Amino acid sequence: MFQIEFDNDKVVGIDLGTTNSLVAWMELAKPAVLPLVPSIVSLSPSGEIVVGEKARQELIDHPDRTIYSVKRLMGRGIADVQQELKLFPFHIADDSESIIRVKLGEKTFTPPEISAFILRQLKQNAEAALGQPVTKAVITVPAYFNDAQRQATRDAGRIAGLEVLRLVNEPTAAALAYGLDKRQEGIIAVYDLGGGTFDISILKLHEGIFEVLATNGDTHLGGDDIDHRLLRIALEDLQSEWGEDLSHVGEAVQTLRQEVVRAKESLSFLPDAHIDFAWHGKQYHREITRELFESLIKDIVDRTLGPCRHCMKDAGVTPEQIDEVVLVGGSTRIPMVRGAVEVLFRAKPHTELNPDEVVALGAAVQAGILAGTVENQLLLDVTPLSLGIEISGGVVSKIVHRNSTIPASASETFTTGVDGQTNVLIHVVQGERELAKDCRSLLRFDLKEIAPMPAGMPRIEVRFLIDANGILNVTARDARTGKEQSIDVQPSYGLTLEQTEAMIDAAIEHGEEDLHAAQVALARVDADAILLAVDKAGRNDAWLELTDAEREEILGAIRQLQTVYHGDDHHAIRDRIDLLNEVTHKLAENMMNTAVGSALKGTKI
Amino acid sequence: MDYFEFLELPRNLAIDAKDLEKRFYALSRKLHPDLFARRSQAERDQAEESTAVLNDAYRNLRDPITRAEYLLKLEGFDIGEQTTKDVPPELLEEVFELNMALEEFHAGAEADAPQLESARRKFEAMRGDIDAELRQKFAQWDSTRNREALTAVRVILNRRKYITNLISQTNVPDRI
Repeated sequence: MFQIEFDNDKVVGIDLGTTNSLVAWMELAKPAVLPLVPSIVSLSPSGEIVVGEKARQELIDHPDRTIYSVKRLMGRGIADVQQELKLFPFHIADDSESIIRVKLGEKTFTPPEISAFILRQLKQNAEAALGQPVTKAVITVPAYFNDAQRQATRDAGRIAGLEVLRLVNEPTAAALAYGLDKRQEGIIAVYDLGGGTFDISILKLHEGIFEVLATNGDTHLGGDDIDHRLLRIALEDLQSEWGEDLSHVGEAVQTLRQEVVRAKESLSFLPDAHIDFAWHGKQYHREITRELFESLIKDIVDRTLGPCRHCMKDAGVTPEQIDEVVLVGGSTRIPMVRGAVEVLFRAKPHTELNPDEVVALGAAVQAGILAGTVENQLLLDVTPLSLGIEISGGVVSKIVHRNSTIPASASETFTTGVDGQTNVLIHVVQGERELAKDCRSLLRFDLKEIAPMPAGMPRIEVRFLIDANGILNVTARDARTGKEQSIDVQPSYGLTLEQTEAMIDAAIEHGEEDLHAAQVALARVDADAILLAVDKAGRNDAWLELTDAEREEILGAIRQLQTVYHGDDHHAIRDRIDLLNEVTHKLAENMMNTAVGSALKGTKI
Repeated sequence: MDYFEFLELPRNLAIDAKDLEKRFYALSRKLHPDLFARRSQAERDQAEESTAVLNDAYRNLRDPITRAEYLLKLEGFDIGEQTTKDVPPELLEEVFELNMALEEFHAGAEADAPQLESARRKFEAMRGDIDAELRQKFAQWDSTRNREALTAVRVILNRRKYITNLISQTNVPDRI
């Protein structure tokens, strides 16, 4: 009677950002968000994983054991990140090829594993705040993320012990957050300049349906790039003033980087800022005016405008038709960015919601949609890149065009070229270019065990389905027999299914420890609730109406619960809660009667 | 089931865009995977599949040109791609002029940009005429179900494709 029921199906929304990550959920009618967690992961010398604010200091103290902006490595191969490696202090292990391995001290981790550490931290934060286990999540990704980057994000969720119910595009999530109780109809542009990625999405709003018309972007563009401009200037200054090249001294670079970020942030509010840096008794001081800052970053801001124009063209809208513009991402605090957006879309952008939080809030709304607690809202998103297969001459034949609403599908029939051929190899790519080598290789699959027949006779129908997460699923069947065709898929980048499974298994072992700790914590929460309730009841008249034996029974049950309370056996705690609950039945009944009784006494009949 | 049946529409060439959108939204609210997140894996897979068909149907029928191509295919017409390589005789002169202008433009002759501009305007006007012709044939098929109308549509579509190619060639990137 004193027990509290938990809703065990809580779905959280997670913004797994380049710079910061957040977790949010629906609370009655509106989303609630926890304070952000910096996306920094460090392996302490004692072998412990440290995440978030605590890891920030480690960037300076142990730069070789700490990583930030790991999102830039998600779903990428070593050849893709050469540019990144020049700018970021990533320590890449030598055996990196189709999957990158990052060194943190003496251990190596894949980017999904590192992201999983961040997700696990968010999961724990949410569990502590909600007082219940969290196992289901919606995770956001940049709209312009390709298949491999999306798969890597989903893998990260699974490694962290989360069932990823949906990947949602960040700008679309932001539109959902803004869409609450706002206008019913209209065209919205969402401009999202984050730490490492840029997205632009144009949506049509219609009676709770959020239909994405087109999306565009650059997964290599963000606030990090701005930081690098300032950092380079400071490092060049140091080189000329002190005659010292500090660009390879991790500790110096990270200290300076934090200074530079601080200066950048204050330039959003003040006309000038300064960079101060002390190093081995020497002092560096530099003023940066907003004017200089703007001249440094102009080309970065300009690089966002091309995708915006393309997006409007693909959506079939002109700037005049856009009713609202929404700004997302910390970099949109920069006045020059806001100015450029205003000029391009000829509209004053919305900034009511915190640009750092808006994506997480939207993810919580989507979580609510999936959990069934948010009704009448529906997201119809698109695939950002065309899907194609390589045909003769290395040419790409497009089978699903970009900006197609997802889920989207296509069927293609393949045959053999040689008599008796028993397998056909197919290469699937993503991108807009004509030649396969200029597109992003997604996967190769082998149609195997084809019955030997004259060339051109077999007919294997392959179905490509891009699901609501924007992830490709391939199935094949023999068009003659209707039988399912054996298919062997090799992803070009990222983890194979077997690797992911192994990591999930390893995580589940840790997960069991986590789960156990969570169950004990939750049992204590319940114990607290019932002890408090019984304590209150002890001061009620109803307590006096019990017999001595009944009172002694209750006090005994309380002592029993207190005995096991600090142990780590949640079953024991639960059993004692049940016992206490049982022996307080009469007390609870008496209290009800007393309540009714005193209510009656106060009433004039 | 074909896309027309899926959206409960007659096999017409002219479709009211607003009505089509209404059907698409209404079916999305019934079929979308988001509504099945708490159901069994089989039901979720089914939702992905049926919504994929809905989206494919909407995408193919929303645009009048892809809709016409799709309907021609359903009605057993072969819509080959090669046909667009042959220059329609009435365009021989224009195509020759355009190629000259393009060659000079790529060779860097600034003065030829206006020529390209005027070529584009000419081709766009032609496409406007073609579209008017198409609308007429669309109406003819919709009211009579006469297959001759479809034969005519097929010929016009090929010419339209050719002109569209020419227009895209005149869209040279802006010079910086």
